[in-house]
Amino acid sequence: MFRWLVARDLKLAWRGRADVLSTVFFFVIVVSLFPLGIGPEPQLLRSIAPGVVWVAALLAAMLSLGRLFANDYRDGTLEQLLLTPQPLYLVVLAKTFAHWLVSGVPLVLIAPLLGVQFNLAPHALLMLFVSLLLGTPVLSLVGSIGAALTIGLRGGGVLIALLILPLYIPVLVFGAGAVDASISAGSPQANLYLLGAVLVLTLVFAPWATAAALRISLE
Amino acid sequence: MLEAINLGCVRGDRRLFSNVSFALTAGTLLQLTGPNGSGKTSLLRILCGLATPEEGDVRWQGANISSLGEEYFTDLTYIGHQNGLKDELTCTENLVISGGLAGKPVTQSAAHTILERMGLSGRQNLAARFLSQGQRRRLALGRLLSCTVPLWILDEVLTSLDQAAAGLVRSLIEEHLSLGGMAVVTTHQELKVTAANVLRLELPAGVLLGASAVGWSS
Repeated sequence: MFRWLVARDLKLAWRGRADVLSTVFFFVIVVSLFPLGIGPEPQLLRSIAPGVVWVAALLAAMLSLGRLFANDYRDGTLEQLLLTPQPLYLVVLAKTFAHWLVSGVPLVLIAPLLGVQFNLAPHALLMLFVSLLLGTPVLSLVGSIGAALTIGLRGGGVLIALLILPLYIPVLVFGAGAVDASISAGSPQANLYLLGAVLVLTLVFAPWATAAALRISLE
Repeated sequence: MLEAINLGCVRGDRRLFSNVSFALTAGTLLQLTGPNGSGKTSLLRILCGLATPEEGDVRWQGANISSLGEEYFTDLTYIGHQNGLKDELTCTENLVISGGLAGKPVTQSAAHTILERMGLSGRQNLAARFLSQGQRRRLALGRLLSCTVPLWILDEVLTSLDQAAAGLVRSLIEEHLSLGGMAVVTTHQELKVTAANVLRLELPAGVLLGASAVGWSS
């Protein structure tokens, strides 16, 4: 079932790839605007890079969350998913995993390339990649709670941002902190461990909360 | 056996129904009628376990469906107002994937047979968004053929279907009942199913809660 649902969502994402690409382009453009606006000061650019890339990743994740459950809700397939003979936890986990593959992984892959604009050293680029790899699944997992709670509401997009952005703060702090540490020749280990801990914690609890939210939203 | 015991449902400040009880045995059809807004869909959603009733229990084979959990869903096919189709997928893909998700895999050739039976032959590789409303309904009903489950719950089953398709639905239900299945169906039209056991339940129009106690004491 898990496999079927992931395969279905990937197929749907491929058939509507304009949606997916717009999120990635949003990320690229937001990150690229900063060097253009601030000017070519290598020291300044290097120090703002982690924050800029991470905030842009947060906003890009926000943008794509609207699609997580809304389409399935509109055509009635979400109702059918609730009636499949598997724990709803697994259904949510599969949907979130597919969402991360489609909207998280492209950001992780493209971020080191964008980091070059900020004059980051290779080891800092690597740290940017690693921290995003650990952090973006958290964005999908936590975001799924907000997406489930705002199903079928008018102006749900703004409401998701208000609900979820505060919850993203730990990921932002630890993620940007790890990259910061590697730029200033400190040790990013502590930040990475914390980021990993947040990932494990959300992996366990977020799908469960999302499942409960889905049941409430669909009643 | 599907049992409903003293079900009651409240939506907002309106009591839709109360004390709805019935027992559905193998080979029985329950036809649910009632005016718009009388709570037919709400009752079906309660029977599926999508909604929890205000009062009362739903029991499947003697056990409460909330305690059965996912086990109950293996015995149930629900087709609601919405067809539950993905516009971007082809007719065949829709059947194969919904079968896979329901834990009852459907092969390509089985899906083609089903499409043929539902009068959609030649449209196997057409994306569902190009189908008409009636054809979409036919495709959704094709799910009934893709797996054998004892309980069908069908909401407004004849909506946007033509005469031929309505006849097809009737024969599908008759076939299902003759094999010992159960069905709960709502329609505004007469279904005209010839089966030994047909229960009819008419829901009255809902009433406002506490209608007699309007007014403030000063």
